[in-house]
Amino acid sequence: MSTLQMVSGTEKSTTIPMIKLGTFLLMLPLLLWLFLLIILPHLDLLTVSLREKLGYREYAFSFQNYIEFFTEPLYWNTFVRTAVMSIVATAITLVVGFPVSYYIAKVLKGKKRNLLFMMCLIPFWVSELVRTFGWMILLRESGVISSFLQWAGLVDGPVELLYSDATLMVGLVYTSMLFMVVPLVSVLDTLDDSLIEAGYDLGGSTYSILREIVIPHAMPGIASGCIVVFMLTLGNYLTPTLLGGKDSLWFTEQIYNQFITRFNWESGSAFGFLLLFLSSAIVFVGLKLSRQTLADTVK
Amino acid sequence: MINTKAKLSLKQAILGVTAIAGLVFAGQAHAEELRLLTWGGYAPESVVKQFKEETGIDVKVTKSNNEEMIAKLRATGGGGFDLAQPSQDRISGAQAEHRIYKPIDLSKIDSSQFIGSMLEATKTNTTYKGDVYGVPHVWGTSGLVLNTKLASTVKDYTDLCNDAVAGKVSYRLKRPTLIGFAFALGHDPFAAYGDKAKYEEIMGDVESKLISCKANVKTYWEGGDALLNLVRSGEVVAAMAWDTGGWKLNNDNADVTFVAPKSGALGWIDTFVLPKKTENEAAAYKWINFVMRPEVAAQITAAAGNFTASKGADEHADDKLKAQFQSSFPQADLDNIKWYPTVPPGLETIEGKVLDRVKAASSN
Repeated sequence: MSTLQMVSGTEKSTTIPMIKLGTFLLMLPLLLWLFLLIILPHLDLLTVSLREKLGYREYAFSFQNYIEFFTEPLYWNTFVRTAVMSIVATAITLVVGFPVSYYIAKVLKGKKRNLLFMMCLIPFWVSELVRTFGWMILLRESGVISSFLQWAGLVDGPVELLYSDATLMVGLVYTSMLFMVVPLVSVLDTLDDSLIEAGYDLGGSTYSILREIVIPHAMPGIASGCIVVFMLTLGNYLTPTLLGGKDSLWFTEQIYNQFITRFNWESGSAFGFLLLFLSSAIVFVGLKLSRQTLADTVK
Repeated sequence: MINTKAKLSLKQAILGVTAIAGLVFAGQAHAEELRLLTWGGYAPESVVKQFKEETGIDVKVTKSNNEEMIAKLRATGGGGFDLAQPSQDRISGAQAEHRIYKPIDLSKIDSSQFIGSMLEATKTNTTYKGDVYGVPHVWGTSGLVLNTKLASTVKDYTDLCNDAVAGKVSYRLKRPTLIGFAFALGHDPFAAYGDKAKYEEIMGDVESKLISCKANVKTYWEGGDALLNLVRSGEVVAAMAWDTGGWKLNNDNADVTFVAPKSGALGWIDTFVLPKKTENEAAAYKWINFVMRPEVAAQITAAAGNFTASKGADEHADDKLKAQFQSSFPQADLDNIKWYPTVPPGLETIEGKVLDRVKAASSN
């Protein structure tokens, strides 16, 4: 009898099988990671968010920071704006990403397929900051596109393409494209070509096959792609700040401001929690509307 | 014979290795380190090297800004660094709130190296409960950086809202902008520091001005380099910025320079403070006394572009920079500089809301 069995046999009335200890040890890094780096800081943030500053080093328990979010239209509007922009960006990413993924997964074969897939990946080898600066070089008033348009005689003076909501949207869609394409390609890969052929044999039009066969099959991939893109967009800080310019109030920027420039950790923490809950709620509603479950999307 | 020789050499080798190991350990024990939390340009490579040669102390430089410095020290309760350099108006308030600094022992500082009036002013401003927390190091101003050919109508902060420069203006969305506009609108925000209601009224006035001015602004700049790029490319012809930025641009384009606004440039002083959990106080004092020597201070001026509180350093400074300084600051403008007093509690909340509302307002 090994020592381990003895321990599990004597200490508890119900015997813990050996495999459980092994699983536990294997999971330990993950559990420690989750507990020390995710749960513990969040608990600390929660306590910070639930106190109100009365004076120097004087604090009291209060929901003031949360109440302020709902009573001050400024913060509420910023959140709504961020959420709506993120939803629109997710929808555009899906509309652009779906045909691309379908083409990669179903139409192309062999080397061409790998090449195209790599071309989607390569921009993500450089950091987000560099990619965003790339857009700034292209779009600024003295930038590449503006100079080209002037050279071609299409416009009279320099045009400013930066610092608008449309630019911001382009930036957001570009940044998140990969996270939509990868799950879509992998889910479309699993769709048997013979199902599509059968659809055509039975006299289905391209549209009805897309609606009846391809999209229902791809639904888990669409859902997981949308969740990832939505969350990334909502939590994006760089793109809105750099491309959006003077009108780009983004909720994450608001949180950063509260923490770093206002020294107001209390309301910053409260905003962080509200972002977590409200975005989770939006994802939940989205899943319910599309009749998907979270378990399906991670299959 | 051969055998003994081999043995001997082996023994020698072991001894040698041990000796080297011993040296390495001893070296580690003696290699002193000074962890400095500062601004870009305040601890240039050459100065750090010279300090190491003279004292054997390694200086580890971390570049930051006011807000980040306080946030970093707050997160660690004043640890992680041995010496920091926030602006003088951010010391007593932060100390009262977060207890992140340690009083300075003025007897360990060679006060004869400082410009007397600046040292006294900083001491007064950074006093909290009878203890002095800061001594001055680098000072400068913020005002207008203008392309004098294209933006000749701009004389004051509020002129940035003129039609003549529409779409070609940039400023930061931070407290200096609020203060600058308040002065330009004829208020005295510093006098209202003690009176919250009055201050709120002034800020309300500034808020409506900044919102109506928003259509004129190209973008709110964030980092100094971003602004330099905007002005260099000609996309921005008038901006509210630091004096050094204007002088740097002046080196490339003689039309662009720093101009002190009619209502007065805003003066700041960056200081030396000891974080509460400083681990090498002795080295911190050595560093302060070292960089305040006129010839060392002149090197820092050359790197940062700003003048220091070191007495006599001007004589060692670059002639071009001195000329730029004199053309930007005739005596009347120099006397008109508004120095930031210590920020009392609560004002930053008022300012924060104003800034948020300006950012959220639509520009048309």
